[in-house]
Amino acid sequence: MSSFEVKSDPQLWEKLGMDVPRFSGMPAMLTQAYTNIFLSQKNRPAQMAYFDGMVENIHTGRIDELMAAKDAGKPVIGTFCVYIPEEVVVAAGGVCVGLCGGAQGSIADAEKVLPRNICPMVKSAFGFKVGKICPYFQAVDFVYGETTCDAKKKTWELLDEYVPTHVMEIPQMKREKDKALWLDEVKEFKVAVDKITGVETGFDELQQAIVTINAKRKALQRLNRLRHHNPAPISGKDMLLIEQIAFYDEPNRFVEKVNILCDELEERIKQGIAVAPATTPRIMVSGTPMALPNWKLHNIIETSGAVVVNEESCIGTRYYKDLIDEGATTLEQQLERLTERYMQIDCSCFTPNTERIDQVLKEYEESGAQGIIDYCLQFCHTYNIEAVKLRKACEERGIPFMAIESDYSPDDVGQLKTRVEAFIEQIRG
Amino acid sequence: MKVGVDLGSRTIKVVALKEGAITSHNVTESGFEPHKQALAFIAEYAPARAVATGYGRHLVQQHAEVDVITEIKAHAMGARYFFPQCRTILDVGGQDSKVISLTNDGKMQNFQMNDKCAAGTGRFLEMMAVSLGYSMSDFCAAAASIDQATPINSMCAVFAESEVVSLKNSGMPPAEIARAVHLAVANRLATMVRKVGCGDHLVFSGGVANNRIMVSLLEQDLGVPVLVPEHPSIVGALGAALQAELLHHAEMD
Repeated sequence: MSSFEVKSDPQLWEKLGMDVPRFSGMPAMLTQAYTNIFLSQKNRPAQMAYFDGMVENIHTGRIDELMAAKDAGKPVIGTFCVYIPEEVVVAAGGVCVGLCGGAQGSIADAEKVLPRNICPMVKSAFGFKVGKICPYFQAVDFVYGETTCDAKKKTWELLDEYVPTHVMEIPQMKREKDKALWLDEVKEFKVAVDKITGVETGFDELQQAIVTINAKRKALQRLNRLRHHNPAPISGKDMLLIEQIAFYDEPNRFVEKVNILCDELEERIKQGIAVAPATTPRIMVSGTPMALPNWKLHNIIETSGAVVVNEESCIGTRYYKDLIDEGATTLEQQLERLTERYMQIDCSCFTPNTERIDQVLKEYEESGAQGIIDYCLQFCHTYNIEAVKLRKACEERGIPFMAIESDYSPDDVGQLKTRVEAFIEQIRG
Repeated sequence: MKVGVDLGSRTIKVVALKEGAITSHNVTESGFEPHKQALAFIAEYAPARAVATGYGRHLVQQHAEVDVITEIKAHAMGARYFFPQCRTILDVGGQDSKVISLTNDGKMQNFQMNDKCAAGTGRFLEMMAVSLGYSMSDFCAAAASIDQATPINSMCAVFAESEVVSLKNSGMPPAEIARAVHLAVANRLATMVRKVGCGDHLVFSGGVANNRIMVSLLEQDLGVPVLVPEHPSIVGALGAALQAELLHHAEMD
């Protein structure tokens, strides 16, 4: 795999209005980071080659595909949250892309405008746009924003000055009237998407889209079940990467490739091929999302002698655990079923949110983990406070639990490594 | 002979053990190439087995045949050597503070560590002493010389320094500010201990445990005896040496 290289296309970037001199160093940096973090792993499944390719083409090939869709009059919509009703975009023949928000490199750009003491994901994403250093941000028709937290909610007002930002109001409770509000928001979102194509999507298109995105969720569910096997047939880092790619790949192709990987993992399990021996401590990660290219915690855990066996996270099970009921017979019913599915998401922005505690415990059992590391992005108050309940629930059940709060900077890696290693020592007993 | 080395942020500690008894120990400044000092220590004793801990543990491992454990586990093991019944250990070193809780049979149950800032660490106290123009021992003595003070508010090393500057300029006597700083650190450490829970006594290790006023402020705050081993700085290195003995015996069996 020494031939791995993240590709460059300065002409394309120029066309997108990017800061090309600044961005031109990015592929080499990503190549190096990816080589160190991913390609150094031993005994990876052969089918990871496709996902390596998705990283090689992250700033080029995939962007070409987005531009082709755009040229054909299809909507290309940037997202930050698992609340985006992806089906509505796919029904209109459009593309949903998760936007970059996991890198330290764009934080300084953001801090020229935004306050420093807010969430690193919000800062990183905003910085990518302000610095013109994300091809996805440059390619989108509009950004879908939501009101899951204060930092995002208020940043959208500023982001809208750089790129059109459509904000959906996410309710903070799950009563009937809240569901009605969310259904209204979904309908409004559909109008905004349809406006780009000039065609109102109907039942058949939406049905197809629901089936397509359900297939993506099912493929990820299948993959997650297989990775739970002990000894682990795939590393946590590779699983996290696939969960990240799920947010920007073409869904049908992604499903096919994930399923081929699953077939390989089934074969590996049969033959006893694994990435780590069965005695390796197994850690589940819960909490806030890890947007590309945030591999910090997984890399620390897996270079400290443990394996990550589950991500209870927005970029993880929160994205694919629930399916939409495919049995609707009218467009209105489809939107209702869709709303019901999205209202099952157990984001910490809701109160109360006891179902998330149950979900974490369920995933802990299913994944055969031996301890939970709760990951909280700095200044994410809702997840940070919810960790108090999570700790209590874990302590009551004798589940080793450690909460960490971190951002994207490398300056706490030494300390985090000590904590993670000590946690592994605690698990080993 | 088994040896444990603890490469901390400020100092390197070494402990040599023979059949469970400490035969030698040493503490020295970390310097620019801490692993070289650690390797020199190890070479001096030519041990049957060595274990490294502390921030530089992995660096030593790259250069010598040693095993590594975290300073958290090392302090837990070292504390039990001196106090076999202890369930809670507070370790405050140059860069970190941590609270470790153990099960009855000495297994790690839970731990807390300060976030990536200097608050509640030895380094914080050093910086405050400097801004008041005290040596470390005068700083402690000054804090002990009076019995009333209100803790300073800021625990960020940078903001605390400005707070100390404004207190000086408001005419507050330096001894009172010294006590205020100690109180603030003791409060913070006590809060960390309470988060983990401390039972009927606490073992205090690390360089800051040499600070008698900190020990008594913690006792007042927590309302339980705070026990300090004879050489609190070497507890981590001792834990590493004990681990070396364990590994050695496990191999022999």
